[in-house]
Amino acid sequence: MKQFINFVRKEFAHVMRDRKTLLILFGMPVAQILIFGFALTNELKNSKLIVFDQAKDPASQEIIARIEASRYFEVERNLSNAAQLESVFKEGKIKMALVFPAGFNASLLHGHHAQIQVIADASDPNAANMLTNYVSAIIQDYQRSLSKSSLSPYRIIPEVRMLYNPQLKGAHNFVPGVMALVLMLVCVMMTAISIVKEKETGTMEILLVSPFKPILVIISKTIPYLILSLLNVGSILLLSVFVLDLPVNGSVLLLFAESMLFISTCLTLGIFISVKTSSQQVAMLISLMGMLLPTILFSGFMFPIENMPYLLQLFSNIVPAKWFYIIVKSIMIKGLGFSAIWKETLILVAITAVLLIISLKSFKIRLA
Amino acid sequence: MRTIRFLLQKEFRQIFRNRAILLLIGVMPVMQLLILPLAANYEVKNINLSVVDHDHSGFSQKLISKVTSSGYFKLSGYSASFKEELMAIESDRSDLILEIPQGFERGLIREDQQQLFIAVNAINGVKANLGGAYLTSIIRDFNEEIRMEMVPSYRFNEAPVIEITSSNWYNPLMEYQFYMVPGILAILVTMIGGFLSALNIVKEKEFGTIEQINVTPIKKHHFILGKLIPFWILGNVVFSLGLLVAWLVYHIVPAGSLLVLYGFSSVYLLAILGFGLLISTFCDTQQQAMFIMFFFMMVFILMGGLFTSIDSMPEWAKLLSAFNPVSYLIEVMRMVILKGSGWKDILPQLGIIALFAVVLNTYAIINYKKTN
Amino acid sequence: MKETVIKTDQLSKRFGSFIAVDAISFEVQKGEIFGFLGANGAGKTTAMRMLCGLSVPSSGTAAIAGFDIYKKTEEIKRNIGYMSQKFSLYEDLTVLENISFFAGIYGLSNSAIKEKSEALITRLGLQKEVKKLVGELPLGWKQKLSFSVAVLHEPKIVFLDEPTGGVDPVTRRQFWDLIYEASEKGITVFVTTHYMDEAEYCDRISIMVDGRISALDSPSALKTQFKAATMDEVFYELARGAKRGD
Repeated sequence: MKQFINFVRKEFAHVMRDRKTLLILFGMPVAQILIFGFALTNELKNSKLIVFDQAKDPASQEIIARIEASRYFEVERNLSNAAQLESVFKEGKIKMALVFPAGFNASLLHGHHAQIQVIADASDPNAANMLTNYVSAIIQDYQRSLSKSSLSPYRIIPEVRMLYNPQLKGAHNFVPGVMALVLMLVCVMMTAISIVKEKETGTMEILLVSPFKPILVIISKTIPYLILSLLNVGSILLLSVFVLDLPVNGSVLLLFAESMLFISTCLTLGIFISVKTSSQQVAMLISLMGMLLPTILFSGFMFPIENMPYLLQLFSNIVPAKWFYIIVKSIMIKGLGFSAIWKETLILVAITAVLLIISLKSFKIRLA
Repeated sequence: MRTIRFLLQKEFRQIFRNRAILLLIGVMPVMQLLILPLAANYEVKNINLSVVDHDHSGFSQKLISKVTSSGYFKLSGYSASFKEELMAIESDRSDLILEIPQGFERGLIREDQQQLFIAVNAINGVKANLGGAYLTSIIRDFNEEIRMEMVPSYRFNEAPVIEITSSNWYNPLMEYQFYMVPGILAILVTMIGGFLSALNIVKEKEFGTIEQINVTPIKKHHFILGKLIPFWILGNVVFSLGLLVAWLVYHIVPAGSLLVLYGFSSVYLLAILGFGLLISTFCDTQQQAMFIMFFFMMVFILMGGLFTSIDSMPEWAKLLSAFNPVSYLIEVMRMVILKGSGWKDILPQLGIIALFAVVLNTYAIINYKKTN
Repeated sequence: MKETVIKTDQLSKRFGSFIAVDAISFEVQKGEIFGFLGANGAGKTTAMRMLCGLSVPSSGTAAIAGFDIYKKTEEIKRNIGYMSQKFSLYEDLTVLENISFFAGIYGLSNSAIKEKSEALITRLGLQKEVKKLVGELPLGWKQKLSFSVAVLHEPKIVFLDEPTGGVDPVTRRQFWDLIYEASEKGITVFVTTHYMDEAEYCDRISIMVDGRISALDSPSALKTQFKAATMDEVFYELARGAKRGD
């Protein structure tokens, strides 16, 4: 045991000595929380809209004014001819164009019918959809204000309640996601690289010939990252409670326990990668290119998993971050207890066990 | 010039000797490009809907069938207990509850007005927003139908009507992949270029080979160029591979000219490689270089407009993203590939990226010290 | 007629409050084999790195091959060869690739590269290993190869930092044969070592203690001066007073 503590102390010294890396390790979660919390939003605001108003009458002016007043749009400028439309879109800034035909007001008043053409830049289909909806709603509002008749008969009033996240803040979704991402990163990459580095520089052999059990050598390498990661969990939670006003609804203790489990999964994944590779660069590229994007995608915090093709949905099941994401969401936001997440917990345990067994097997083969 | 030739020869030999890296450079982007766009699907459909029907009337049946036939919703639960369906939401089996109160049909006819209750799992804001909006608009349609049914004269009312005709340019089929593939390719090229260059000089430091270089009369800018050119070529190869995959698998043919596309990517690669080399000159170990690069990559990618719109960001974030090279590449890729934008349209972006390239590489040359 | 190729005057290097090299002054003549001795941490490597233009001195002056150490580092680099303590050829390149790379960097013509690398390979008896990666060679061969690469462009001076650390006595002997050959061609050899038998091979040696040069003369003169039978004793006598080490 004393030996073990000595080893852990040595690993700590390594980690603490590299100030630049340490700064990044602690700075990363902070930066991520701030970016997600304040910079990114899934809402569309201030989309640039251009008007080609051939009518220039009170009705078209009124609609433009209403659009300008909404936070969804920024009305850029007025076009003078239709040929400009194409070139304006190609410059890339404009997301939508609104075309009023000549005599818009007249046909609306006398013919009770007028047309508006809405052109959306559908390179981003979602944005195009949403913006079209927003604009339509504004125009319909205007139309309703015109009709003199009072309330329509037989009104059905839908009352929408937003559960868990009444203000539709992005934070509810991404804080669990960021936790999964940061832990994944710190643990997988750091362990993989630090073990491979010892292999590369030859110091691993020195450790392995020591009377110390090889498995303990490996474990002692992971301890500093375990502690660093727990600190990161703490800092993420503090930030989310005090900066983003996102309280932990469930048990904090349970959350930390589950985090420990997920950290162990990631550490074993790191060990697994390090056993299978022999150069730092390869280990880095694998843990980075191979882990980063899939973690973002298949954990489900950016993109809904149920939209994916069936095979990918199946694949998402072996991405540990997916299960951890569900767990954190359940505890933190929905405030549920262990009974709601025992299945996910079990899956993480299983993944960890499988990874550990495979790594130990190949580790032994290498030693033999 | 001869010096550069020898440097290039050496770099290429080292790159080609390291099969594992070469394989990763070739295979990983292609794999990711095959998988990620399928996964990065933001279209909101198949929303799981639970219906709590206390009314069991003709109206409630009609409404339910109208909702389920819309294509957006999948009926995942139907019962008379709100509590039961709330459990479904807690366990993520359901996204949305529609509650139809008892006496809905009768009340609507007698009292001229009725309420419907919708409860949305709003943890995922986008989905909640869209789901709620879809459902309310279906209910509105349903309401109109009821009116026409009940009040035959309603149809002929004299209220002015504005007809909105909407058209979706550049992606009429509304394929989300058309939007994602160019963006993801931009990120893959950035990651490959950024990481390889960031790790390169620092690897020579870690292995001590840089000492042997530093005692030679080699010029600093020759050394940096010798590092820059091989990765520049590799980057363009990855880029071409990506375009090929986009064409073969996703049938995305750039609407604009390839020349514009390659022109921009070439300058962009110089910038991102310069950034990597700069980091490399700052660090002492590969691990360090990688983490620092990673930090920037993460910020660049998240704020680069791949997943979320830059227009919607607060002003300070918009200002920051003006210094984010990745956002320019993503923007230009989408402009040229989807809209067919030409030189004239991308000139501002090209100018800024060229400036990045010059500044970063100059800084890297200055910061690479043969003597300390 | 003697030509001075290394001349230092009060050359010092400080890292913060720590004085690694403390005002050393000495001269080395053309063609000399100059031994640079000292205990670990005495400042040998720091001094050598300054002379090679890898490190900027804190004060003092020095001229290498007639070039000022502050202003003309790139000219100095054209005239010197350097072999660092840590093996620093590219392990993932073959023997031949390493040779031609460094020859090319020093601006040798293609025909000269071809001719020299052939001669070098024959001299070292590496014909069979030409296509092997350098990383796969045994340490002794690696060291001989890096020395040969360091003198390939026929520099005026070659700096060797503990070139024979960790190699067997036979290989060390062969290594010194290479040094003598270089010296006969008129290349000045500046070498640090821990082996006192190697010190005896040098024309003159200096012994550094705590950043200063405490003795400088030919091995026989030093033995007379310290009334010692071997260089070991001389070294021990001087190094005993050292305050730092590791």
